[in-house]
Amino acid sequence: MIRLEHIHRTFPVGEAEVQALRDVNLDLQAGEYVSIMGPSGSGKSTLLNIIGLLDRPTGGVYRLDGQDVTGLSDRQQSQVRREKVGFVFQFFHLVPRLSAAENVELPLVLAGISPEERAPLVGRLLEEFGITGRAHHRPDQLSGGERQRVAIARAMVMRPAVVLADEPTGNLDQTTGKEVIHLLEELNGKGVAVLLVTHDPELGGRARRQVRMVDGRIHSDTGAKPA
Amino acid sequence: MRSADVAAFAWRSLSGYRLRTLLMLAAMSMGVGSVVVLTSLGEGARRYVRNKFNSLGSNLIAVFPGRAETAGGVPGALVGRTPRDLTLDDAIALERIRAVRRVAPLTVGSAEVAWEDRSREVPVLGSTAELLEVRHLAVAQGRFLPPGDPRQPVSVCVIGWKVRQELFGTRSPLGEWVRIGDRRFRVIGVLERQGQSLGLDIDEIVVLPVASAQAVFNLPSLLRILVEVREREDVKAARLEVLRILRDRHEGEEDITVVTQDAVLATFDRILLALTLALGAIASISLAVAGILIMNVMLIAVSQRTTEIGLLKAIGASPEQIRLLFFAEAAVLSVLGALVGAALGELGSFAIRQVYPELPAFAPAWAVAAALATAVATGILFSLLPARRAARLQPALALARR
Repeated sequence: MIRLEHIHRTFPVGEAEVQALRDVNLDLQAGEYVSIMGPSGSGKSTLLNIIGLLDRPTGGVYRLDGQDVTGLSDRQQSQVRREKVGFVFQFFHLVPRLSAAENVELPLVLAGISPEERAPLVGRLLEEFGITGRAHHRPDQLSGGERQRVAIARAMVMRPAVVLADEPTGNLDQTTGKEVIHLLEELNGKGVAVLLVTHDPELGGRARRQVRMVDGRIHSDTGAKPA
Repeated sequence: MRSADVAAFAWRSLSGYRLRTLLMLAAMSMGVGSVVVLTSLGEGARRYVRNKFNSLGSNLIAVFPGRAETAGGVPGALVGRTPRDLTLDDAIALERIRAVRRVAPLTVGSAEVAWEDRSREVPVLGSTAELLEVRHLAVAQGRFLPPGDPRQPVSVCVIGWKVRQELFGTRSPLGEWVRIGDRRFRVIGVLERQGQSLGLDIDEIVVLPVASAQAVFNLPSLLRILVEVREREDVKAARLEVLRILRDRHEGEEDITVVTQDAVLATFDRILLALTLALGAIASISLAVAGILIMNVMLIAVSQRTTEIGLLKAIGASPEQIRLLFFAEAAVLSVLGALVGAALGELGSFAIRQVYPELPAFAPAWAVAAALATAVATGILFSLLPARRAARLQPALALARR
């Protein structure tokens, strides 16, 4: 489903250039559960951003469902993001002035879906993630775990094929963090591919496939097909 | 994205940052409000002048001696003589014109009016019984100048309200003899209290029969002749007739100036309209300031909401949608501000009308419309830059901020 070929990403830092990704090759099948681990600065988040089309590689080709998406315009990329990718962030990134239900609804609103169609979809997801009772609370009235559930519900509302989670437990205590991981694993059980970036070896170890990054390169990949 | 959703999102942003929104509304509405109030003042002045003129009757023609020249020196200077005076006979000659209802010759001077041991220097008007109607004067006590041959001096006078107060106090002046200059006149009437009327304080004057005034001032000429035409549509024809008659009487020379009230009014109208426009233009500077303020605040909003913009992009918002959302926010803000401002402005001009009932301070519709349009246009114009900046944010960088 996702195929990265010789992906490079360099950032200019003053006069010099920092190589965040060097010649990354990665193949991801639909429904896979992959963790990406590595020390900070190893390029995990950059990789995730490129897969999520939030960032463009400096070199290499990225195919999503067979389509080369590296050359798409901003507008086309936003459509791909909207339809195929769900994001979960460490800092939740909920819109503070909108209620939980409205936050979940937001991708549908951006996609131009009518209010009549939106309401049942949002209702079902809130129920699925056990936050129906908090539907009309604003983010600042929710606990960390509840916020991340809202964020995951929002990531799932467009029924993406893959969920990209960047340190989703990084801002949660251990128990709540576990709950969130269980939620993601449940989603994976339903056939959604999950890509989890973490530096917690315990959490990362739960994934069937584990990718380890060092210094912008893939150091080890338990699922890589023999070349 | 549906437009109702865009509007709802913009509204949520505005109501989410209440203080910011209120401050911007205040700036915008003050801009619009000041345009409305200032133009209503200008328009009020215009209508005030118009009303004053209309209260004098709109069918008036004034005849002045001398020719208003825009080029060259003093009229007649080349042939070595001063312009011919207007005389009482000129005035009487004008009564022949069929379209003319009344003719009031006018001579004005300053003289001392004395009764017993009190005296006072006042403007003295010499005219005929016709002046009462022509200048829309009213008599409070006694009667006005008697009709009769204007060439005959009669020793009567009509005094203004204030003159009466100062010379006679509470006593009735009717039948008393006052001294004006070196002649004596019997007071036959007191004018109603009226105040200023086109530069002359009616309360302060004394009116004499024109021949008597000419004798007091020892001056055979007239300051002007006021001609009241029967029908408004005959004013133009009557003016030409006045010119013709007086030219004939002055040996074929057109040495007078005939001004219709409409022409004077039109001039005032133009001046005051220009004043209104200037006031509106000055006030619209504050509109531009409000626009720049909106831009400033929207730019701050963009940097404050960087992560939000990154998030919106992550969940599938296109650059166009981001631009639209910020744009809609500014648009809603400026439309609201403009409407509140227009309401405030109308309230302000209402207050002005309450305090100065004589001043019909109504903002002209074009000014209100222009203020609203300018407000909305500047608000939208100045939101383009922030909206574009928001749309261009790199989502990965935007989300990296926490």
